Amino acid sequence: MVAIYEPTQDLKVVGTRPIRHDGYDKVTGRALYGADVKVPGLIWGEVLRSPHAHARIKSIDTSAADAMPGVFATMTHADLPMAEDKDVDVGEGMVNVRRHAVNVMADDKALYKGHVVAAVAAIDRNTAQEAARRIEVEYEPLPVVNNVDEAMAEDAPLLHPDMHGNHLGQQIGGTNVAGQFRHQLGDPEQGFAESDLIVDRTFTLPMVHQGYIELHNATAFWDEEDRITIWSSTQGAFGVRSQTAGILKIDESNIKVNPVEIGGGFGGKTVVYLPPVAAVLSKKAHRPVKMVMDRTSVFEGSGPAPGGKIRVKIGVSNDGKIKAAEADIRFEAGAFPGSAVSAGALCVLACYDIPHVRIDGRDVLVNKPKSAAYRAPGSPQVAFASEQVVDEICDRMGWDKLQFRLENASKQGTRRADGPTFARVGLVETLEAARASDHWNTPLEKSGDGKLRGRGIASGYWMNGGGKSTCDLSVSDDGIVFMNEGSADIGGTRASIAMQAAEVLGIGAHDVRPSIPDTDSIGFTGVTGGSRTTYATGYAAYQAATELIEKLKSRAAALWGIDPEEVDFSDGVFSSKSDPELKLGFKDLARRLDGTGGPVTSTASVDLAEAGNSFAVHICDLEVDPNTGKTDVIRYTALQDVGKAVHPAYVEGQMQGGAVQGIGWTLNEEYFMTEEGVMANSSFLDYRMPTSLDLPMIDTIMVEVPNPLHPFGVRGVAEVPLAPPLGAVANAVTDATGTRFTDAPINPGKIVAGLAHENGA
Amino acid sequence: MHPFEYVAPTSVEGAVKVLGEHGERARPIAGGTDVLVQLRGGRYELDAIVDVKNIPELMQIRNDSDGLEFGAAVACYQLYEDPGISAEYPGIIDAASLIGGIQIQSRAGLGGNLCNAAPSADGIGPLIVYKAVAKITGPNGSREVAVEDFCTAPGRTVLQRGELVVSISVPKPPKGFGAAYERFIPRNEMDIAVAGVASSVQLDSSGHTFEASRIALASVGPTPILCGYEPGSSGYDDPLAGKSVSEDSIAAAGKLARGSASPINDMRGTIEQRRHLVDVLTRRTIGLAVERARAAL
Repeated sequence: MVAIYEPTQDLKVVGTRPIRHDGYDKVTGRALYGADVKVPGLIWGEVLRSPHAHARIKSIDTSAADAMPGVFATMTHADLPMAEDKDVDVGEGMVNVRRHAVNVMADDKALYKGHVVAAVAAIDRNTAQEAARRIEVEYEPLPVVNNVDEAMAEDAPLLHPDMHGNHLGQQIGGTNVAGQFRHQLGDPEQGFAESDLIVDRTFTLPMVHQGYIELHNATAFWDEEDRITIWSSTQGAFGVRSQTAGILKIDESNIKVNPVEIGGGFGGKTVVYLPPVAAVLSKKAHRPVKMVMDRTSVFEGSGPAPGGKIRVKIGVSNDGKIKAAEADIRFEAGAFPGSAVSAGALCVLACYDIPHVRIDGRDVLVNKPKSAAYRAPGSPQVAFASEQVVDEICDRMGWDKLQFRLENASKQGTRRADGPTFARVGLVETLEAARASDHWNTPLEKSGDGKLRGRGIASGYWMNGGGKSTCDLSVSDDGIVFMNEGSADIGGTRASIAMQAAEVLGIGAHDVRPSIPDTDSIGFTGVTGGSRTTYATGYAAYQAATELIEKLKSRAAALWGIDPEEVDFSDGVFSSKSDPELKLGFKDLARRLDGTGGPVTSTASVDLAEAGNSFAVHICDLEVDPNTGKTDVIRYTALQDVGKAVHPAYVEGQMQGGAVQGIGWTLNEEYFMTEEGVMANSSFLDYRMPTSLDLPMIDTIMVEVPNPLHPFGVRGVAEVPLAPPLGAVANAVTDATGTRFTDAPINPGKIVAGLAHENGA
Repeated sequence: MHPFEYVAPTSVEGAVKVLGEHGERARPIAGGTDVLVQLRGGRYELDAIVDVKNIPELMQIRNDSDGLEFGAAVACYQLYEDPGISAEYPGIIDAASLIGGIQIQSRAGLGGNLCNAAPSADGIGPLIVYKAVAKITGPNGSREVAVEDFCTAPGRTVLQRGELVVSISVPKPPKGFGAAYERFIPRNEMDIAVAGVASSVQLDSSGHTFEASRIALASVGPTPILCGYEPGSSGYDDPLAGKSVSEDSIAAAGKLARGSASPINDMRGTIEQRRHLVDVLTRRTIGLAVERARAAL
């Protein structure tokens, strides 16, 4: 379903900044999150995790735990059915159900440090923890695969000896490369031959974590009729349902998922870890079972963003045009196939209109947790590489970095290397806004105290998503419209969806009351991910509201005894086209509906194949202490084509949040792994995310190039802000220090070493 | 978590008795910001936690012409919110005001910081360069141990079974004394030192010659390191005594401190980075200590 819309003028609700519907509950602490769930008879579940990054599990003995007073049940992989060997969509990527079940609980091998090997349910958390420690596991440690180079080496230890990887269409066995693909456009050899300068660099990045504050949690009850009720903080209740059903091999309709509030996800709460375990423990214990991870478990046992190795080669002619480009992207999938390499490949060169392109991607298995989506999955990593190569080209050619990006910018009609051509997109407008910005036009002053200052700029791209959403509306007697919709609210989507309905209905944002019911009580709605929710669920709300107005017109016609065709609706007022006396506001009509044919409701569901793509441009000023290598970001501006900002304050918040995560990712964050494959910094203390004291105000400039696929011009806005920052910050460090850093994070130790090298020390 | 008893004695004798009964299976807590985290992290098991905040001697502060003495359970904020202590002991305040955030500083104190004996402790170096002494009471009576002799290994101290640090005593700095502490962390707050250096200097009346100095290092060895001193020995090789205050002498002290460091590679930093930071921070803290000493002439 693709309809093309003209930009809408004269919007009354869309584009305003009302207080969010869930605001008071959240700031006062009343909102119910997963860890708050309490039901009668509740007991606690805990897991036992592998201390080895790679080991054969020779035996598991739960007898000591089973014998402990207060223990209700124990569980190993033997308690899970053999799940079907099929792929399911978890929102921002596919997961093979059978492998997913082995990730949830290890089978014959532990594949990463922190891999769950057994679980226990007991009367309280303390007892459950003690019992888990008494489960005896005999391991035979195996050689550890630490990174893509080790994984691809000849005679590398194999994580999944039975796995066949799809390598350019061929099924290949005996490999850690789970997938290999190529996109090609034109003739790259010819393009490079026509180039006057070719820059070819290789970059590495470690795994990083999304760093959501709320810990993974699940409460499950398996009842006498073999129906399962689950409460879990998730980006998608239906995803929890389908994954749990797949892993437990039961019908989806026998699972009801209650979506509780979510304290951050950024892609990491699209995948289930605890719900199937809590469900099996509940079945064995005949009690509801609650599980909450601790922070170390979240780092070691959830889904970080892939690290990897990226080579980018770009050729330019002396007239400032990119002639050809190549990218070779090797991502760490973790212990199971399915990294974001396919998405990364779509993003790596998407900001540029290049005639000849070749992009190779590999999905590589390593003994680390299975990677998951993280805000524009794959795009930040590849932009760290491509945006630094572009920066180096401009430095070497003496070109203006903004002008170069403008002259080579993707626009409507540009073909992405993997095939599709862009519809109406706003990269050019966003770059022009950057060129007009106060930040770009204010020269960077020298530091007074010997610190090195630099400025960096980078662009970034994200596809955005469409997909399935449902929205139901009902009109109450007092004119309030109750809305049920299926999207987990991570970033203010109750508000942004309700506002779209309110716009159509001609009432205020708070006259629409949104709720997110359980999975039995609303039609299927995909995960809140891929920046799809305000776009797709908002689209459903638009359609439901439009239908509601049609029904209300009929009711007005019935009241007035005229033909429904004779009823007009505008600015929240129903009126007769012929009789100016016949006029009713939305609420007045609502009060008079009794006796006109029953309650007025509407429902709409969508499955949107396409979404409008997003581009962002970030500018970063920072200063480096040459003595310690410490970097402080001193000014930062995020610009973005936001389509139409439904709630501008939340859009700005998304832009700022993405920039902040990118700053942390570039400068300090990493999975610091030992040779044995153990994450040494699995606490917030040592993981070193930036705090508010490490950041300047992130300035935002919203550029609105309406998305023709959406009635209000909405584009997804929440992911692309993490695409440019790694490039922008890295380029600023280079501008400050005169040294190019190709390995993330660019932390103080690397900067001091890099400067010493530069000075010949 | 292994179940433990919570005991809150109201006298030093009461605390010593419980600690003596349980030995290694009991620990005193003041703020609890280390012990409770370590317990939850499964680093060790305890049978008893001895809350010492109800013992008057451990909560007292005395600041007079003899010097500063504060109870082992006094929280950081009590030191930096006291204008007199802040003015007279700025090198100690440097540490007290940067350990953790406001919430941590409202619970945690330098006594606990010392007894936790982390190689990265921010509070120990400053106490060393002020020549502070830990006053200890145990089953066999009381004794005093210089802070530089207190830590014996990561998490290990000279405390014997049943012994408790009651207070920390800092002699009154003479005229011409100045001290400072600085650590390096990649972020601006809420972090563990990659390296830290406390320096103190005693200048002559002209303010241009070092009469004495102390440089103490954090996070670059198994215990805090006092440069020029072997723990337990009587000799001290003062890095700056007799030298004139100059860039050269300070640079030489930086090099010397760098040589005294014996850091490791870990997730917080590399050996080379830490040695380099010791050099940088030594020069910076001596510079600041000199400034403070001259202001006090």
